[in-house]
Amino acid sequence: MKALKTLAYVLALPALLVLAWWASTLGSVNFFVPTPAALVEKFGEVWFGPRFFSDVLPSIARLLIGVVAAIVIGVVGGVLIGSVAWLRALLEPTLEFFRAIPPPVLVPVLILLMGITDSMKIAVIISGCVWPVLLNTIEGVRAVDGVLSDSAHTYGIDGWARVRYLVLPSASPQILAGVRQSLSLGLILMVISEMFASSSGLGFTIVQFQRSFAIPEMWSGIVVLGLLGVAMSFIFQWAERNILRWYHGQKEVENAA
Amino acid sequence: MSSVTSDARASGGPVPGAGRGRRPGRGLPVQRLLGVAGILGFLATWELIPRLGIINERFLPPASEVIAALALDFGLTAFWVSVGETMKAWFLGLIIAVSLAVLLGFIIGSSSFLRKATNSTVEFLRPIPSVALIPLAVLLFGVKIESSLMLITYAAFWQVLIQVLYGVADVDMVASNTARTYGLGWMARIRYVVFPTALPYLMTGIRLAATVALVLAITAELVIGSPGLGREIALAQSGGAISGMYALVLATGLIGVLINVLMRFIEKKTLSWHSSVRSEVVV
Amino acid sequence: MQPDTTRPAPEAMLSVRGLKKVYQTDGGDIEAVRNLTFDLRAGELACLVGPSGSGKTTLLKCISGLMAPTEGEVLLDGKRVSGPPKKMAVVFQEYGRSLFPWMRVRDNVELPLKNQGVPKAERDRLVDEALEAVGLAHVPRSYPWQLSGGMQQRVAIARAIAYQPEVLLMDEPFAAVDAQTRADLEDLIRTVWKKLGVTVLFVTHDIDESVYLGERVIILSSSPTVVQEDIVIDLPDERDQLETRSLPRFTELRHHVYEQIQLAKKGHRPAAATS
Repeated sequence: MKALKTLAYVLALPALLVLAWWASTLGSVNFFVPTPAALVEKFGEVWFGPRFFSDVLPSIARLLIGVVAAIVIGVVGGVLIGSVAWLRALLEPTLEFFRAIPPPVLVPVLILLMGITDSMKIAVIISGCVWPVLLNTIEGVRAVDGVLSDSAHTYGIDGWARVRYLVLPSASPQILAGVRQSLSLGLILMVISEMFASSSGLGFTIVQFQRSFAIPEMWSGIVVLGLLGVAMSFIFQWAERNILRWYHGQKEVENAA
Repeated sequence: MSSVTSDARASGGPVPGAGRGRRPGRGLPVQRLLGVAGILGFLATWELIPRLGIINERFLPPASEVIAALALDFGLTAFWVSVGETMKAWFLGLIIAVSLAVLLGFIIGSSSFLRKATNSTVEFLRPIPSVALIPLAVLLFGVKIESSLMLITYAAFWQVLIQVLYGVADVDMVASNTARTYGLGWMARIRYVVFPTALPYLMTGIRLAATVALVLAITAELVIGSPGLGREIALAQSGGAISGMYALVLATGLIGVLINVLMRFIEKKTLSWHSSVRSEVVV
Repeated sequence: MQPDTTRPAPEAMLSVRGLKKVYQTDGGDIEAVRNLTFDLRAGELACLVGPSGSGKTTLLKCISGLMAPTEGEVLLDGKRVSGPPKKMAVVFQEYGRSLFPWMRVRDNVELPLKNQGVPKAERDRLVDEALEAVGLAHVPRSYPWQLSGGMQQRVAIARAIAYQPEVLLMDEPFAAVDAQTRADLEDLIRTVWKKLGVTVLFVTHDIDESVYLGERVIILSSSPTVVQEDIVIDLPDERDQLETRSLPRFTELRHHVYEQIQLAKKGHRPAAATS
């Protein structure tokens, strides 16, 4: 009974919205808004064919490579900069400036430097996504508890062991907050890099549909991007819940006290 | 490693344990000087890379040239018109997003039925990248400012809505019930109990939204071609005005920094009365 | 002031020689510890008491190698301490901040051993024994923050025991737990000390605790710190919370230490730093 109620809460509003959409397209034919049935039909037709391998998969692959590289660079750089006080003081203002540059402006810059290539698109994603991870990691490393650090030190946990057992876990809540920002930024940059100058990929395809007034196809592309965003968000939330189980548990105990 | 940690501790004050954390006074000017040195070092590196031919000057002009181009821009009306266009889209988009999010956030947040019923929809719509709406915006509005506004509003809306929902959920039940027993009506409760609790969350949401709004404003100009700095960057790039393009990129960075500073300032001003209860939800 | 150059007693396990610590601050130098000299025999349990702000924590950080003294030196088994030594374990007051919250109890106790490269079988045995000794054999799968304060401090003690140190330093370990838990933990320390024959230096601000626990109490002066007095606690070896605390001798000793601390607070200092 309880499960049924939860299910009703989850599904009721989306069902209502789809129903409203269906009803609104019932009478007259609207040029901009396809019927739900037409959209579903186009969705399957457009995206589950050769396009899946020529546009969708390469886009996702570039996104993954870019985001993973940005996370690795951000975490490694952040641990390094965060552990060395003078290095942090030296670099922080410059890094804050780089973070403040709206990442999409890097697209024309990198096109100039690297040409219109796959590596350019990956570089766009990396150079936009690295800042939230980097700056959050620095902040997290800086905030490692003094007593905990002393404890580790007295037990001879130094060097790499210190990074692995103390610094990284301790900074993980901040690091993951940065990763979350990077993921949504990465998706945006993937689309823009393909829309701006490209001949393949999700972003390019969707813009093509729009230019040729293939409206249901265009909508189906928007749905693909939406699903991609939702899937990434769910995977992230699942991973975060597992990695930070201790953190959320600890917070709960503290709040209850 | 050990020298760094023991130095940090030695400056922790005469009463160890009590003096943990950052000390005011000494250290700050040194830190600031180091920061300035970092920026100068970055500019020097940038200057040297093209000068030494590591990257061709045609693709990466030296820092001095770009800064000169930026200084030149500062004297041009056209530059300030572009900045104005970008800021107009940013500001209007932000206002619309915040108004909508506050209105919906308080309505949804104050009813547990609405919270539960909308949760799945919010969680589903929020991660949709706003750039997915670019084709639709072009179709509906072309290169007019409405295109930018649509993208900005969509992206900024969720940042604020989520924070407001958290903030309203954070309202102390005891305070709320107390207010109810004293006969405060729905509006009065919102005004005196819910709003003050949610305000720190709201300000966090607005600060995050302000950054996102700038990103989307520039994106719309860059990709769609609505007027503003983003379009100027694209034009400068395709027109081969490379120093000009880099100067504009620097300008967007400066605007980003200014927005950050401004937002932190506003946040501090509005929340000065209860800085102790300030909280931020990482979402 | 010259560091004390007297030789440590040959049987000394831990030896503090002419220790001085000066903090450099904006407002000028602050001398936290002026000149401290004392020895601990192997297997001794000594308590260190002093008025608040008497540099107890500073001293402990110098002994544990977390901080370098300005002058003087600390010798562990005849060797000069320049960083955290392997033969030493420290239990901090802030139990909530000294255990890794992302590791379960067992992993917390095991980590230092794993880091030392102790083989798995040996490790398991040491961890089991340590958890058994502190009465926590039933919670190895819990996270520290799921336990009460007293139990968290037991985990920290178990971690120290499993590490098999020759010297155990304790920095006001029971200052933040409730009174009843505190009594239990005091007895636990006595038991563990006897069983393992480890040298224990127990820092506290609680006079009763120092007299009840120690074989010896070292009283510190107020800052800048020197040793105010070093007294032997001639109470029977078997201690009991009720009986020992009601002995006339316990009251005498407690009285004496209390007086000395009061004197220290008023700024009274011994004529010379005693050893």
